[in-house]
Amino acid sequence: MSVFSVEIFLVVFGLALLCLEALVPTLTRRTLAGISIGGVALAFVLFLFASKSGADLPAFVQPYHQLDTLAVFYKGFALVITLLVLWLTVESSAYLTKFTPGGNFSELFSLPILVCVGMMWMASAKDLITVFVSLELVTVSFYVLVAFARKSNLALEAGVKYLILGALSTGVLVYGIAWVYGATGALSFEGIGTALALPETSRTAALLGAAFLLSGLGFKVAAAPFQMWVPDVYQGAPIPVTVFLSVGSKAAGFVVLTRTVESFMATGSVIAAEVQGLLIVGGALTILLGSLPAMFQTSIKRLLAYSSISHAGYLLLALGAGSARFDLSSGGVVAFYLATYLPMTVLSFLVLAILRANGGGEDIQDFRGLARRSPVLALAMTLSLASLAGLPLTAGFMGKLFVFFGLVDQAAWGALACAVIGAAVGFYYYFRAILVMYATDAQTAEPLKVATGTKAGAIVLAVVIVVIGVYPKPLQQLLAPVPVTVVAH
Amino acid sequence: MSVLEIVILLPIVAALAIWLGAPARATSVGSAILNLLIVLGLLFQFKSASAGGAGMAFESARVVLDNPAISFGVGADGVSLILALLTVLVTFAAVWQIASDKPAIYHIASLLIAGGGLGAFLSTDVFFIYAFHELALIPTFLMIGLYGHGEDSHRKAVAWKTTIYLGAGSLVLLAGLAWLVLEYSGGQKLTFDLNALRAQAASTPLPVEKQGLIFFVLLLGFGTLVSLFPLHSWAAPAYATAPTPVAMLHAGVLKKFGLYGLIRIALPLLPQGAQVEWVQQALLFMLLGNILVIGFVTIAQRSLDQVLGNSSVMHMGYIFLGIAAGTEIALQGAVLLMFAHGISIALLFALAGRMRNQLGTLELSKLGGLASHAPVFTLLFAFGAFASLGLPGLANFAGEVMVFLGAYGSNGGHAIGPMQWTVILALWGVVMSAVYMLRAFRDIFQGSANAGLFMNDPAFSQRIPLILLAAALLIVGCCPWLLLDLLKSLSAAKVAVM
Repeated sequence: MSVFSVEIFLVVFGLALLCLEALVPTLTRRTLAGISIGGVALAFVLFLFASKSGADLPAFVQPYHQLDTLAVFYKGFALVITLLVLWLTVESSAYLTKFTPGGNFSELFSLPILVCVGMMWMASAKDLITVFVSLELVTVSFYVLVAFARKSNLALEAGVKYLILGALSTGVLVYGIAWVYGATGALSFEGIGTALALPETSRTAALLGAAFLLSGLGFKVAAAPFQMWVPDVYQGAPIPVTVFLSVGSKAAGFVVLTRTVESFMATGSVIAAEVQGLLIVGGALTILLGSLPAMFQTSIKRLLAYSSISHAGYLLLALGAGSARFDLSSGGVVAFYLATYLPMTVLSFLVLAILRANGGGEDIQDFRGLARRSPVLALAMTLSLASLAGLPLTAGFMGKLFVFFGLVDQAAWGALACAVIGAAVGFYYYFRAILVMYATDAQTAEPLKVATGTKAGAIVLAVVIVVIGVYPKPLQQLLAPVPVTVVAH
Repeated sequence: MSVLEIVILLPIVAALAIWLGAPARATSVGSAILNLLIVLGLLFQFKSASAGGAGMAFESARVVLDNPAISFGVGADGVSLILALLTVLVTFAAVWQIASDKPAIYHIASLLIAGGGLGAFLSTDVFFIYAFHELALIPTFLMIGLYGHGEDSHRKAVAWKTTIYLGAGSLVLLAGLAWLVLEYSGGQKLTFDLNALRAQAASTPLPVEKQGLIFFVLLLGFGTLVSLFPLHSWAAPAYATAPTPVAMLHAGVLKKFGLYGLIRIALPLLPQGAQVEWVQQALLFMLLGNILVIGFVTIAQRSLDQVLGNSSVMHMGYIFLGIAAGTEIALQGAVLLMFAHGISIALLFALAGRMRNQLGTLELSKLGGLASHAPVFTLLFAFGAFASLGLPGLANFAGEVMVFLGAYGSNGGHAIGPMQWTVILALWGVVMSAVYMLRAFRDIFQGSANAGLFMNDPAFSQRIPLILLAAALLIVGCCPWLLLDLLKSLSAAKVAVM
């Protein structure tokens, strides 16, 4: 069985689920959630077997799809985040019932599956057409998801903003693809890379295409100067969708960016230096525009939105400043960083969702006294914030370490300074949130009602954060294509 | 699992257990006693385990990443072991004296700081040395911000100031360490293993000028953590504000991390870095600032917690002097002084905390005559105060004398250069210590008691940890060779470099 069959299964399953909830109105939400989570979990298990079996893709998709280490990793990543998002949807059902017309949000259990398929295809895309089609599958589903809590004005605002800016960025992306095609005569990443190395390729046209293409993708991953939409959209969207945007959509954007940048910066490319410069300058700017405003936020959701922007900056720097010293390519470092980013982001939003379910708001002050109300959740949240800040022994530090060494190796001192400033400022705003949780002057001290399963999930995520921070070797080996030769020392 | 890993993880696991509901006091005191016993056992085995005290002992390593090469490696030389002993002694005293009405987080924070300190002192991988120290900073920050003394806005401000200083210092330190690691990896794969880096430093040393530059960056990073003048201004308010166990552990133990880093990482890897003229002169200038400027600042203080906090900053100057001199005897003196200062300041902060609880004030002008109510308390305080001002027979004296002699004779006694002038000026610091410590002692304990001021002696069970600390000062003061015997590695490292 090949990985492709799993994807086909997911498409059919997602569509079937959509029809099911439309045609069988008696189906309760619980059942739907169960079917949805069960289906995706099944797909994940099948995927694990399929990726181990080494079966290649069927011949008819091979011109468009590839199955390298990175593709397999991101497919697994997409499945994991989708599972977590479905779980978060269950956790936030109280909020969703309140803010959706008729309390009906069953589509939230089928649309993420289609997004997942889009992300999985994107991970193996070999050419820009496949990229575009799968990217649109993801983006169009997100237009619906973002505006789902229609009875909240914030959600409507978020939906409109995301729709208009998303459509605009799609236009920019297509324009860029057209220019790249015009300049190189190729749509496949391989062809683009080869053509860019030829002396007769027009540098100006290629650069123009690259700039548009990178701008379009920059929107998807929330890179400066295309990051304006992020705080409002993250704030308005329901929590599970925010997580999906922050982790899933970002990861999807970065797979494509990795592939694109690899072809733009292929050996002998005429625009390699400019693309690298764009990435490094853009990354440094993104870090600053993410972390500096984060200091002044009072809403935890907006804080996490700005934090998500600044993490996108580190990811861009990882992509632009790879180091030959590691066993990881620059794309590998990006994947590593995203893998560390997943548990900490999901965990912080999970705690927020639990607080909301218990009647809390989304303000930082709503975390006041959390350590008394639920010590376990406070500890988990502390770990996730410390990891977002990049404290040693947590997952977040390992990701940043690779980025910093890459920057030093490329002698990108300006970007390094911005990265250090971003990290230092990060300590301030994340620690402010941590301090609030342990404050003793809370108005309410009643214990939080948290289901055992939810608590267990939070603990698992916290353990993952610590394990990656202390023992990152397995994750790195997952991403290193060549087996490491052991040198005795 | 190696024994050092157990020593490091024991406090952390105990903290986690308390968090999850284990009885706070029993768990923390129990784990502290157990750790104390283990470390004492290690001290006895050290000589046979480390080739006569010259090498590393109890080593083991677990690889956590192949490239860059990072491993959770543990191991101890004499310096590590002495600081580990300091940590477990102070931890025991700190958790023992936490009053039973304090919330469990006091125990958790103390144990986490202890675990971080032990991890930093006993790791042999630069990555983990750094990481463990950072681990200890979070509880320090939280405890000052949440349970510190004084107004809400005041302690928040102090907590932030401390965090910003220590955070910025850590980032500078990280930059310096990264630079070091990159230089010694020389285009090959990166390694954070201290032993591998040392081997690299011995076989292909860096150019002297570059050593000086990196050493200076490390000095600024480590120096901020040790309150090196003029990067010191966080320390006194932090200690005056911090809850007693945190003040004991931070001033007594965690602050030694920066000095330990200089001795354990910077000096062996950059043997000529500290001797580059401009670096050495900058260091001498800064440490004189610690001793003389802060000496006067301390004399001007009118409150016991401020006196203690500032005196702790001042005494760092002597230890830096030992490091700047870099001779065997000066370095041994510096390590001895680190131990002695840690014990004495922890004892003094513990006693000051008790006074604050019982009397509600630490203003020297409002105190007086306590000796008549609380003779045992007075005696214990005298141990700490006299040790701190360098009375012969107590631990600090041996350390200070060795530092002064080692530094003065560092050029073979030929001419009076900057180092000798520094020693001459630094000696006046001893006089200043005597001025403020004796005056504080007089103001608090002698004369007639102010009306309404009453304090009783600690109950017997509360004396135990304090007596232990005082005894440590006396034993090491009378028999400094007990610790100096463990410090053969300093001379061995020096010889290997020459």
